[in-house]
Parts: sequence; structure tokens; C-alpha cells
Amino acid sequence: MTTKQLELIATDIRQDVIKMLEAAKSGHSAGPLGLADIFTALYFDVLKHDPKKPDWDERDILLMSNGHCVPVRYAAMANAGYFDRKELLTLRKLGSRLQGHPERTKLPGLESTSGPLGSGLSQAIGLAMGLRLNGQPHRQIYVTMGDGELDEGNVWEAAMLAPKYNLDTITVIVDRNNIQIDGPTESVLPLENLREKWEAFGWHVLEIDGNDVEAVIDACAMARAVTTKPTCILAYTVPGKGVDFMEYDFKWHGVPPDHEQAKKALVELRTLQGKIRSEHE
Amino acid sequence: MSDTSSEPIRAGFGRGLVKAGQLDHNVVACCADLTGSVKMDGFQKEFPDRFFQIGVAEQNLVTVGAGLAAAGKVAFVSSYAAFMPGRCWEQIRTTICLNEQPVKLIGAHAGISVGPDGATHQMLEDIALMRALPNMVVLAPCDSIEAEKATLAMAKDKRPNYMRMAREATPIITDEKTPFQIGPAYVLEKGADVTLIATGTMTPQAVKAAELLYKDGIEAEVVHVPTIKPLDVKTILQSLKKTGCVVTAEEAQITGGLGSAVAEVIADEGLAVPLIRIGMKDQFGESGDPEQLMHHFGLDAQHIRLAAHAAVERKK
Repeated sequence: MTTKQLELIATDIRQDVIKMLEAAKSGHSAGPLGLADIFTALYFDVLKHDPKKPDWDERDILLMSNGHCVPVRYAAMANAGYFDRKELLTLRKLGSRLQGHPERTKLPGLESTSGPLGSGLSQAIGLAMGLRLNGQPHRQIYVTMGDGELDEGNVWEAAMLAPKYNLDTITVIVDRNNIQIDGPTESVLPLENLREKWEAFGWHVLEIDGNDVEAVIDACAMARAVTTKPTCILAYTVPGKGVDFMEYDFKWHGVPPDHEQAKKALVELRTLQGKIRSEHE
Repeated sequence: MSDTSSEPIRAGFGRGLVKAGQLDHNVVACCADLTGSVKMDGFQKEFPDRFFQIGVAEQNLVTVGAGLAAAGKVAFVSSYAAFMPGRCWEQIRTTICLNEQPVKLIGAHAGISVGPDGATHQMLEDIALMRALPNMVVLAPCDSIEAEKATLAMAKDKRPNYMRMAREATPIITDEKTPFQIGPAYVLEKGADVTLIATGTMTPQAVKAAELLYKDGIEAEVVHVPTIKPLDVKTILQSLKKTGCVVTAEEAQITGGLGSAVAEVIADEGLAVPLIRIGMKDQFGESGDPEQLMHHFGLDAQHIRLAAHAAVERKK
């Protein structure tokens, strides 16, 4: 797929996220919008997977440790063909497979149940060790994490363990958007220097623009090429990316757009923030 | 009951884990820096490639277990019960129970009989913590032989399991031929006057209490409950309807444990059956010799005997 095509898919995913959150009347806006390029890269290039066979036993595994951002995963999965896009509007409603936070047993293709932060990397470690014993050391395991999530002690217990067993098939992608619920990460609980922290724990660290689809694809290729260490990609993203009034504003971490805000956001996304004319206008 | 033979319950777990590993190559084990204490050392020696030392990190321990289970492994994870499930309840709830990954959690050094280490290490709330979780099976074998059978049964069970076990030597009251399955409660002694329902280390005490009661002219029925959840309601109701009064005994807080579970059965069925619960009464323990502590906090055959007398009195 060309870069242009991937970027258009990312824009479609962002529009789906806005529609889903408006319909759900609750949920997180900033994180999923910021992650749209990463999830486009993963589902449309990086991952070895089959949307028609979600339990294919040669698939790569994507664990979403930042479960609150799951609308972006649902939208990426629907656009990739896991299920009909119409189902996206059932998000957070009674009886839906699309729970407010991801539940493995509800929707095929989700690899785990998450929401409470800090548990994804530990599960990746168990999976990597188990797959190695199963004679499948080649299957890659990707873990997305929020940056606020790095406040959790469980993350660093796991970060210490993965290099011990040289679990090189694990690639962590940290969504470094600098915001969490109560404000900027560096005022809530300073995280920097993140590169030095992960390196000190024995990880191969890459820093990229997380809103550049090609940069995400390249970084994942580099992570696979390094076979002596697990890799941590610090992906710098813009929270609320693509919607001007949401970008960089931590107030949008945990709230959905209302109808007027959603309308405005969708026009902006369709016109790529005023760069092109939308056929809908 | 014979006092001649006793062994720590955890020794049976150690033997069972090695056997489970021999029977199924998918069995793996993880420990948090207590391999010898929790008796995983035999498995580690026999299957070094299937043993993972996690370090002193219980949140990571159980969550790595969830990942191993996701890869199709039968993952046994163990630490002291005070730390696991004590420190990592949310990870167990989300990544094991809600996520339906059949991890095998082994809580060692449970109960007050940990002794000199004191209240910090005497885990008394683990039954309540684990019993509250949907999908979780909660086990407390009464001796090392039953613990070995329970371990083999856990390795085949498709649900998340928690098994608690004590540090000190416990009298051996079962043998190789004694039946064991996950689920049933077992009537060890038949009697018509009072039901003694016990689990784990308190079952040998209940058997001893029944002997004392017999001399007092009271015929006690002893029901051993190795599976606290799901509870064998049928066997318990049969006994309660026969005897009309009951004493429960567990080396744990009476809040939320076996005694609470039996109280729920009595209330749900609308039975007018006097119930006296033996256990820690909403308090912490302290340092001391294990046997002295058990006596001090009323967790022995003598206290069960006195409670049985009181229960029989209340029937009248």
C-alpha cells in the first residue's frame, strides 16, 4: 500500500472514532485520535494476521495495554475486515461486543482483556516464553502502551524481566503524547528521561514521530531486525491529532464530542484540516 | 486419626507439580524468589526450561502467568499467599478471571500457623479475596496427599484455580485411595448430632474434635470441604438437614470465607440451623509458636469441640 493510501485509511479510522464516541456519549477522544496512524500501520502493514481467521495460529499478536484507547483498535479492525463497520456504533452499549474497554472473550481478534493499566507487557512476556516453548519463536508480539501508564510499577517489573530472557520478539510502542487525565505527564509524575530509563533496563530504544505511518512501519521493521534485545519504540504523537480543537488539550483525554463538536471534527478530518475541499460540502 | 504421620501440605504440591510436568509437557511454573519455600524446586530441577524465575514481583508473576496461559500453557504461579493474591488482586481479576485464562495460583504459607514471622506474613483474607471473583475455583486441601491429588486435578482443570496451603507439618488423614475431585465435599465421619464443616488445616482438627465429642456422647458428622468454590451445596445441605446444627472451621478470617459460604447456604435455603463459625474473628495475628497461636486464637480441636456443644444446645 502507498503512503497516501495508508494516510487516507488513518483519516477514515479517525472519522469512525469520532462517530463512535459521539454515539456512545462517553469514552476517550484524544488518545485514539493520536494513535490512528500507529494502528493503521499495524493493521495494514506490520502485523501478520488474517481478519477472516482471527485465531490463525501463525498470526502476530497485538496486545493493547492502554485499553481505554480501544475505539481506535475497533475502528482499525473494522476497516481491515474483521467485522462490519456498522457494528462500530454499538460501542459501549448493552449487548455489544465492543465493550468500553476491550474484552478478549467478547470479540475475536482481541488478544486480551485490558483497561486497568500496566498489565500488557507482562502478558507479552508470558506469551513470548510460551510461544518459544511451543516451537513458534518467530511470532512477533506488539504491545501498545500509554505514557501515563508508565506510572504503574507493574510496567517496570515487566521491563526488567523481558531482557533477562532475551525476548526479542516483543516490541513495545509507547504512545508518548505527554498528557494524562490530570494534566501533562511531566507535572503529574515526571517520566523523563524515558529513553535512558528503557535503555538502562536493557531495551533497544527507537524514537519516532508516531503520527507518521511510514516511520511506524520502519521502526517495527528495525525492531524485528534486532534479535538480541526487546525493542521499545517511543512514538511521539499529538493527542487529538487531526481535530484542531482537541489537539494538545488534556481536557479531551476522557470525554467524547457532543453532536456539534463531532460535526465540526468530521468536516475537519474530511478536509484534512482545511487542506482539501470535501465532496460533502 | 493417627498423629504418627505428618508433613507440610506444600510438600504434596511439590510432588504433584513434578508429576503433572511429566504427564503434560505444557505444564510450566513461575516463582517470585521463593522456589524452595513453595516447593517448586523439584520441578525447576527436572524441567529447567519450563521454569521461570520472575523475581520479587508478584504483579508481574500472575500476569506473566496469564500470558503463558494465552500461549496454551498450564501455568502454575506461586508465592506466599500474603503477597499472591495479597498484592496482585486486580491483575488476577482482570487478566485471569475476566480474561478467562486458566492460570493455577498457589498461595503458600497461608494462615496463622506461619507463626514467628507475625501478622504481615499470616495471610487470612485470601479465601475471601478469591471467592469473590467470578470464574475462580478455590481449593484448600487438608494434607499433603490431598494436595498432590489437587495439583494433578488443577493441571487438567480448564478454569482459573487458587490453592492455599500452610507452612507447618499437618497430620496426614487421607491416603492414596481416598477419593479427590475438584468440586465435591467429603463426609469423613458420619454422625447425627452436629455437622463439623472444615477446610484445609482445620479438617484434621475437626476429625480430632469428633473423637473428643464421641467421648462426650455427641456424634459429630465431619464434612471436609477441599473445594470452597464452587461449594458442594448438596452434600452440605444433606448433612445440615440430618443434624440440625453446624460448626464451621477454617484457618482464615470468618468474614468472606468458608463459614460465610455456609451461612449463605443456610440463609438461601431458609433453614433454622444454629451455626457457629470458627476462624479469625476480624483481627490480625501476631508472632508466636504455630501450635500456641492456633490455640490462642481458638483454631484447634478443643475449640471446635466447645463450639459443637454450644451448637447442640442452641438446637434445643
